[in-house]
Amino acid sequence: MSTKKAESDDMTYKLVWRLPLIFWQSIFFLGPLLLMVAMSFFLVKNYRMVEAFEFQNWAKMFGRNYFWDSYLLTFGLATTATIVCTLIAFPASYALAFKVSENARRWAIFLLIIPFFTSYLVRTFSWYVILAESGVVNSLLGYVGLGPYTMLNTKFGTLVGYLTLTLPLVVILQTISLAQVDRSLVEAAHNLGCGRLRTVMTVVVPLAKVGLIIGAVFCFILSFGDFVAPYYLGGSKPPTLPILIIDQTKSGQQWPRAAVVAITMMVTLFAIAFAAIYAAYAKRGKQ
Amino acid sequence: MKDAIKTASLVKPNRREVLKYAGASALAMPFVNRAWAQTVEINMLAWYGHGEPDIVGEFEAANNVKFKPKYYAGGDNMLALIAQSPPGTYDVILSDAEFVQQLNAADYIEELNPADYNFDDMLHEDFTKFPGHWADGKLHSMMVRFGHLGVSYNKNAITAEEAESYACFWKEEVKGKVGHFDWHLPSLGMISLYNGNGSGLWDLDDDGWAKVQETTLGLRPQVGGYFDYGGTFNSLKNGEMLAMCGIGDWITGVLEKDGAPVGSVVPKEGGIQWTESYCIGKGSSKADIVKKFIQYMLSPEGQVKSAQMAAYPGFCITKAGRAKLNEVDKKEAERTGQVDGMANDPITLVKEGRIHYRDIPKQQSLEDWNDFWSEYKNA
Repeated sequence: MSTKKAESDDMTYKLVWRLPLIFWQSIFFLGPLLLMVAMSFFLVKNYRMVEAFEFQNWAKMFGRNYFWDSYLLTFGLATTATIVCTLIAFPASYALAFKVSENARRWAIFLLIIPFFTSYLVRTFSWYVILAESGVVNSLLGYVGLGPYTMLNTKFGTLVGYLTLTLPLVVILQTISLAQVDRSLVEAAHNLGCGRLRTVMTVVVPLAKVGLIIGAVFCFILSFGDFVAPYYLGGSKPPTLPILIIDQTKSGQQWPRAAVVAITMMVTLFAIAFAAIYAAYAKRGKQ
Repeated sequence: MKDAIKTASLVKPNRREVLKYAGASALAMPFVNRAWAQTVEINMLAWYGHGEPDIVGEFEAANNVKFKPKYYAGGDNMLALIAQSPPGTYDVILSDAEFVQQLNAADYIEELNPADYNFDDMLHEDFTKFPGHWADGKLHSMMVRFGHLGVSYNKNAITAEEAESYACFWKEEVKGKVGHFDWHLPSLGMISLYNGNGSGLWDLDDDGWAKVQETTLGLRPQVGGYFDYGGTFNSLKNGEMLAMCGIGDWITGVLEKDGAPVGSVVPKEGGIQWTESYCIGKGSSKADIVKKFIQYMLSPEGQVKSAQMAAYPGFCITKAGRAKLNEVDKKEAERTGQVDGMANDPITLVKEGRIHYRDIPKQQSLEDWNDFWSEYKNA
């Protein structure tokens, strides 16, 4: 009897602590998500949404070539950003985790957080000065007889914007993950004659796999859903899915069609995140 | 001695005095609030800039009112904001003229009394009976300013002669350097003019619409980007874009005044006029003060403020407004052609039939145009 009571108390205790999260997720995630799904079946008449259960928004968006072009473009750009960001971030994270003092690492992480103190939009606009044809990069290239190159309003510009948003975060996540790697295993690998690169690839990376994958997933999610970089640095040429959402709402107030795009994006991100987390936590033998 | 003690206690108050002053302050708060509440808040729905101090500051000070602007971008965005708000939310609405009839049809705006406004002072007869502003002999909106859209260009890349035709957008030297203001209506309207549709630019049959789409798609290789106001402004300023389709002096004017080598002209195929008008929101409890504000904006002082607006300049619509502008800011009057007898006088251009009032498509829906715009951006 007392055991049962203790179990019941334990359950109540756990539930009480979980309630805020459940409440928060229900109000601010599940509720809006269900509303968005419902909205995708609504119709717009005279700039007002009318409750309905029609599939025409889905048919309209999925039947348009420009929707799929935007989808592939957004997916491709986000994937490229993820690969580039992970590759650029790794050497820096490795150095911070293994090659510098703990004090220096703390300072570095603090400095990596600082960019988030300023608005992402402001940081994006500052690239105008750097990437413009008369900007800093082209001026420097001009000294060695190169350029000018068009970097703004291109996919390159979009990628620069994505990295502005994600690189500091990915470095932080990778650094924290790499710092957790058991040094004795690294030393053991060295003692057994394993070269530096091989040690990194076969010991360090597998041990820090979870953090590295989580960093990559965050990079993909943030890039995939970013509106600012493709609009202001990519010149909306061609538009990515977030720009398509804005286009739908801006003219004609087609919130239901915007909801279709948003749901498609969410499903994609769910799939990517699920696959990545599965890969991150999969046992080596089962891979 | 007593005075000395009093002074000392004020400089260094004891605990009892601190409590006393704090209590007195707390008790006085409701009266302070009441004093603040006497300032009437006017909810404004407008394009960016209309609720800023350079426009409404003097009116606010003189009438003890405070504008609370809500800014929108585009007529359908405006309609949606009103549709999603309870009646009476917006006291004053600045609308693009072509959307006034929709505001009226949806019963979002109050009727105005024509006797409250001086129609005899208008620079052009059309402005007294602007399309859509009157319905069944009743006035629903007052035009306050306008501007022209045409070829906006960098003077170092395109000559004034070349800018006399929309054909300059296809010039080889500006390949990848032609920008679009990211709104289908003005850009497609310009292409329609380029196709020779003249005054029928909005009234396109299937064949005309197909040709407009074809011509627009032909411009795609020249296009360097699609921008909002900030992006348009920046890309012209830093030379990333050398020509811009869909805008006019309302953007290049700000840059030109700042010394940038850019300008806007109405080409030989014709230009498009944007027109902005004030309406009183349905159910507003502040109709009287809003009426006074509209009268202020139509006064010579208000017209000058509109012409010099920091966000984007507009032309005067009244004779007195133009005279005042010539008196206080001759340079701006000359820059924009708002001087009687100048070749690029906007009123002369309207009279010559070179200007077409911006409208919505007659034979297609806005959705058709918007759909094509998305397709064009992805082409």
